[in-house]
Amino acid sequence: MKISYYPGCTLKTKAKNLDRAAIASLEALGVEVEEIDRWNCCGAVYSLTADDLIHMVGPVRNLIRAKEQGADKLVTLCSMCYNTLARANQLMREDTVKRDTINRFMDDEIDYAGEVEVVHYLSFLEQEIGWEKLKEAVKAPLSDLKVGTYYGCTLQRPADVGIEPFGSYLLMTGMLEALGATVVPFAAADKCCGSYQVLGAEPVENSAAAAVINIAGGAGIEALATSCPLCEYNLGKQQKQLLAKEKIGAPVPTYYFTQLLALALGLEAEVCHFELNDAASLELLKSKNCLAAA
Amino acid sequence: MTLKMNAGTQSLESIQKLNELSGENVKLCMQCATCSGMCPMTAEMDYGPRRVMHMAQFGLKKQLAEINTYWKCASCHACTVKCPRGIDIAKVMEALRQQSLRTGQNKVEPSQMSAETIADLPQIAMVAGFRKLTS
Amino acid sequence: MCDTTKTPKVATGDRAILPEGARTIPIFVMGKKYEVPETLTIMKAMEFAGFRFLRGAGCRGGICGACPTVYRMAGDYKLHFGLACQTVVEANMYLAQIPFFPANRASFKLEEMEGVAETIHALYPELFRCVACNLCTKACPMDVDVLGYVSAMKQGNIEKAARISFDCIQCGLCASRCMGEIPQYHAAQLARRIFARYIQPQAEHLKNRVMEIEGGKYDPMLDELSGMKKEDLEARYVAREREPDLAAAGTWQPKDTSHL
Repeated sequence: MKISYYPGCTLKTKAKNLDRAAIASLEALGVEVEEIDRWNCCGAVYSLTADDLIHMVGPVRNLIRAKEQGADKLVTLCSMCYNTLARANQLMREDTVKRDTINRFMDDEIDYAGEVEVVHYLSFLEQEIGWEKLKEAVKAPLSDLKVGTYYGCTLQRPADVGIEPFGSYLLMTGMLEALGATVVPFAAADKCCGSYQVLGAEPVENSAAAAVINIAGGAGIEALATSCPLCEYNLGKQQKQLLAKEKIGAPVPTYYFTQLLALALGLEAEVCHFELNDAASLELLKSKNCLAAA
Repeated sequence: MTLKMNAGTQSLESIQKLNELSGENVKLCMQCATCSGMCPMTAEMDYGPRRVMHMAQFGLKKQLAEINTYWKCASCHACTVKCPRGIDIAKVMEALRQQSLRTGQNKVEPSQMSAETIADLPQIAMVAGFRKLTS
Repeated sequence: MCDTTKTPKVATGDRAILPEGARTIPIFVMGKKYEVPETLTIMKAMEFAGFRFLRGAGCRGGICGACPTVYRMAGDYKLHFGLACQTVVEANMYLAQIPFFPANRASFKLEEMEGVAETIHALYPELFRCVACNLCTKACPMDVDVLGYVSAMKQGNIEKAARISFDCIQCGLCASRCMGEIPQYHAAQLARRIFARYIQPQAEHLKNRVMEIEGGKYDPMLDELSGMKKEDLEARYVAREREPDLAAAGTWQPKDTSHL
């Protein structure tokens, strides 16, 4: 099986750990990943103003690339890219007037009407591989690890593009349980990490991120799994500062869910690029013998 | 802040403008405050989203221009998905931001960010932040 | 267009002379109508019409980027872009020169930088205001995929940005059209410089040649030339051996190889 893939800017550099582990895992599961050619930034956030169409052009242009290259599905991984692409796609499918305006503006491109389906990596895993088959492929189960499924905002909201209904965490839970981990529910799985507000404030002021970590720690979670580089930045990379300022009680290492997937599939730890995570993340995995296969 | 509602403070036009920009109807709000309960950013806001909806309903243009609520909003849509009146409150916040940004004023200045901060931030933080906080 | 058969001494410069029998067509410069020969470039047509370029004209060979021009054809919404020295006039062209467009150019010391994309991001954070509208690419008179290299920079791929932007002549039309207010061409130049200094493998033959120059191999030849009388130097120049035009690479050698 071959899939068309949209990585997104951050996954090429600072979130290489999200991207490389994901691709290696799919390859281990027999799926060939083909990155679409000539993609641009999706815009990261979907424009919410009724009269603003120019910010739809970025995501739609990527969908046009996928269509041009013969893809009927476009798999993506970063939560923000997923949300922006999926919402723009929905607009192009449902709003004929805006679709027409956007197509006419993009007179250098072929017309687009939502022919491509935007699929998140987790949905793809469930639909095309399935948790049973994934379980069979696991070589190094994460038996000892208590994980929290941190969805954040953009995987579930708004409802019409959410990968599953608000308040339900079945996809990541299903995957992590197939990998042998223990999934611990917690009340902040869909609470925002503070997102782009990191630009406006000092990171240590990010009370939203501190709340997520404190709630997770309080629930007995040892590791947070996420799908979003901005969540990982606010929760993971900023954790040391939050700790130093006593905004959080205890650290909770964060991972991309694809890193845990790759480890459990027995892939080399190199594909997970743990050097891009906080040092504590690697320590925890070592202490839990999760790096045994590598 | 005491909300003074009279012909001098209220702008009916601003209500209509906000509704047009957001595509929502702020008058539908019944002030239940579910939004404020769901909002992860209230600790940083001077007024919670419920009170902003209240100001919006009465067209209190001046107050709306002074508060920081929509500048602290992270567009996480927690309010939107739980609003019992079906208002996309995130869109109302975006409309309030845009009303200000469209006058050409930035809330963050890209050229004044330090090189260290920029090098540290993931690209999506910059893209999203500039979309929401620069004109 | 240029008459190359005449000797350099009697070159007519860029003075436009109506070619015999040439038809004239109407063009509109800043809204005013002029009848110009249809065979001329925009630049020569404007000179024919009486304009004199003090700035906004440079090499006249399509490479210096000094004469970017925007135009519309009467009755059509579409904007067109070109270099005045390269684009031939068409009837009912409405045109204006944009010889310069203000764009923030960051100052930097290349030798103190790192060969990573964050260097570019820090100097040009406005890159992240790109909305992928592609107006930059449409405006480029050199057919550079401007959106492509802006995307590559955001993705951290300096090599890709450097390669895509290679044909850029820094005319600034991309920046004039950018709704994100990005100085694309300056950022691309930085990408190429970082690529050349820190990423691209250094060419051995170039390194050797630099060593030869620094070692003084060519100093006596230069000294000899600079010590010559003007007439002798001119005679030497006219009598010089020249590589034939369009000679295939590596097929030609001068008779006198003492200077190689």
